[in-house]
Amino acid sequence: MSFLSDYAYYIGAFGLVLIGLLVVLSKHNLIKVIIGLSIFDTGINLFLVSVGYLRKGTAPIFSRPGMDAGGMVDPVPQALVLTAIVIGVAVLALALGLAVRLYREYGTLDLRKMRELKW
Amino acid sequence: MRAVVGIILLAVVAVGIGLALAEVPFGAPKTEVGGYYLEHGREETGAANAVTSVVVGYRAFDTLGEVTVLFVAALGLGAVLTAAGAKTGRRDVQPASLVLRSGAKLLFPLIILFGVYVFAHGHLTPGGGFQGGAVIASAFLLLYLGDRNRRISKARRTATESLSGIAFVVIGLLGLSVGGHYLMNFMPKGTLNTLLSAGIIPLIYVAIGFKVGAELAGVIDDLVKETA
Repeated sequence: MSFLSDYAYYIGAFGLVLIGLLVVLSKHNLIKVIIGLSIFDTGINLFLVSVGYLRKGTAPIFSRPGMDAGGMVDPVPQALVLTAIVIGVAVLALALGLAVRLYREYGTLDLRKMRELKW
Repeated sequence: MRAVVGIILLAVVAVGIGLALAEVPFGAPKTEVGGYYLEHGREETGAANAVTSVVVGYRAFDTLGEVTVLFVAALGLGAVLTAAGAKTGRRDVQPASLVLRSGAKLLFPLIILFGVYVFAHGHLTPGGGFQGGAVIASAFLLLYLGDRNRRISKARRTATESLSGIAFVVIGLLGLSVGGHYLMNFMPKGTLNTLLSAGIIPLIYVAIGFKVGAELAGVIDDLVKETA
């Protein structure tokens, strides 16, 4: 197997993680920071699913009786990711709620102008 | 300046990840526990969907914890937005267009029906309580988009959320009293690939579906209230 087919999914997933981290580190707008966190989250989910992938595997669902379990992908990472996605949405909403409160407090979304948040 | 420091930091992180992942082949045979779930999940839980047999069968207690995390996040959003919320007057929102209004009314019951289908068949087809609940919440989002002044009843939403959460815990306690293990699958498993199979798994997924649907609809309600 070539390098690309072995690592393309990992590179894509961690590419998203690193892009998300870069956005969080370098942007000053609070909404953009939250978008960065969301991208980060997506990358992690993608990585977990790709860890469980089996070459030429099918979905782990016995839709007909008597199907063989051998060709199915690992169900454990999928089970982890399906709850993580919904929780990610709720946490994103919580972050946006905090952004709303901060905007009301300071009248801006620029992190540099919020006095207590300087770094 | 921050971007440069960030890129240097990320390069270090990327090298670390790359070194760690070089040993993990992509598309290799699955973990031992995943193989066990696939081989024995059908007999032990009765669910045709192996992911479901993991989420509400083998790891149902973990799922109860995840439902709690979701609940706390939704509660936190409500608290952050309402606590000492000096709301600065209502802004006039432009009413939605005729197409959006009638489309929302037409699609709302169909989306609810699809959501119920997704969580009621969670043990047979791709889907389950979390996905079905998210679909149901999207129906409420469409309702809000069609009419910005419309509000779903908070009392009913909270009642749905609490009752379905209690149902999950009570099903677990029933397993404890019948079989001696919390969340034990005490009901008959039925035949594989039929709707009434897998014992308590469909019941738990219906409860999760209602709970997630009510919670995410509440999240949407809180955020819409903030902008209306």
